Amino acid sequence: MSAGHHEGLFVEGHSRLHRMAPEAKVAAAVGFVFAVALTPRYAWWSIVIDMVAVVVALALTGFAPSLIARRILAVVPFVLFAFLIPFIADGEQVTVGPLTMSREGLWGTWNIVSKAVIGISVSIALAGTTPVADILTGLGKLRVPSIFTAIAGFMFRYLELIVADLGRMRTAMTSRGYRPQWIWQAKPIAASAGSMFVRSYERGERVHAAMMSRGFTGEMPVLRTHVTPRNDWLLAGAFVATALTAAILGALTT
Amino acid sequence: MTSPALDIKGLSFGYPNGHRVLSGIDLRVEHGERVALLGPNGAGKTTFALHLNGILEGDAGTISVAGLAVEKANLMEIRRRVGMVFQDPNDQLFMATVREDVAFGPANLGVKGDELEARVVAALASVAAGDLIDRTPHHLSGGEKRRVAVATVLSMNPELLVLDEPTSGLDPAGRRELLQLLGSLPLAELVITHDLPFALELCPRSVIVSDGRIVADGPTAEILADADLLARHRLEMPFGFDVATFERFSR
Repeated sequence: MSAGHHEGLFVEGHSRLHRMAPEAKVAAAVGFVFAVALTPRYAWWSIVIDMVAVVVALALTGFAPSLIARRILAVVPFVLFAFLIPFIADGEQVTVGPLTMSREGLWGTWNIVSKAVIGISVSIALAGTTPVADILTGLGKLRVPSIFTAIAGFMFRYLELIVADLGRMRTAMTSRGYRPQWIWQAKPIAASAGSMFVRSYERGERVHAAMMSRGFTGEMPVLRTHVTPRNDWLLAGAFVATALTAAILGALTT
Repeated sequence: MTSPALDIKGLSFGYPNGHRVLSGIDLRVEHGERVALLGPNGAGKTTFALHLNGILEGDAGTISVAGLAVEKANLMEIRRRVGMVFQDPNDQLFMATVREDVAFGPANLGVKGDELEARVVAALASVAAGDLIDRTPHHLSGGEKRRVAVATVLSMNPELLVLDEPTSGLDPAGRRELLQLLGSLPLAELVITHDLPFALELCPRSVIVSDGRIVADGPTAEILADADLLARHRLEMPFGFDVATFERFSR
């Protein structure tokens, strides 16, 4: 697999998950997250089983716990509102110390927070051990149409340039004394968004010309072919099967 | 007699809004010959380049590359023969890794497997960038990007290299390395530039394009020594640069 430098979320390494074929990793991640999402919230022990599986996966990455913890924190802004649910949901109320909360609401919080943490942990394991280029190759191997992987690839490739462009425009505005504080000072921001759009569009035209110059006819060429090792499929299958079994048992018993 | 690397007769082009960019260009470039195409901003140099591999189609005139006419039926082979290196390497390097970028062209031509990998490795070796093969293109330095951009067309085994402002954005060392690289390739090269010292060092012959026409064609040293000619077409040598001195030292 390719070794990138400063490659998005990728962390250099040689762990079992680093060596796993990207298509197996992508399939395992997607299958696992779907199974977790389908698990009923009341089957709390099913979700605990999923968490154990995730801990095993994270252990297979060889990442330092501090790195994993830092990345998991990224989920906080997205689940903050979940902590309000117990106070606004109706139904049976329970009292914990000075607080009165809805029982149903507490289950809701548990459902959102536990599944969000599992989801982000799975993506940490995937994105940390797989360069973006390999994830796209993996998706291609899983028969995702090349038009989608190509679009995702171009987005990743050019996002950084566009953000840098935007940064330079802001610097240029600030250099000429622009200090927006009120809504009626927003016009230059709107104008810069418009000019960003035009620039990106023109960039797209130039890239297209460069692609055609090298024989592009509308179909992205298949550049990497390899056989997925059987052990990788087995490992992926084991993760998905664990979560699926937990989900089915959970659904049957609650 | 074999046909030249590039043969253009009476090429004209205007945009639909009536703006005339090229009006009757004739140019012949022999195999292995390096020609600089000089001209001020807005002279139509980039537009001209896009005609050479059929991205744009002229209103009149003919172009042929190593004897093959630039027309719809031949576009694939034309694009193999004409290696087009664009001004901004960020437009040229669009894949996720250097390897995939260099493989893009030959893969479109149907090259696969070991042969494809061999082409990629050879092209990168010839631009002294073999160690960049697994890197992400947007994290390379300006000079590295430019060399990889050249490799992305060398992997297609072209007959003619067309380079649009190849020195733009390069630091002096990057410019020097590019000069050595382009000087070492056994290909016909058409170098579009207004970096006149670069043209003088790399290309024995120069043409000046102005107002959509070729207004001068001759040995680079003679053209650049004609200050009046340059001034008429908004070109000038950098301050302190003397063509005669350069000639004496390079002999």
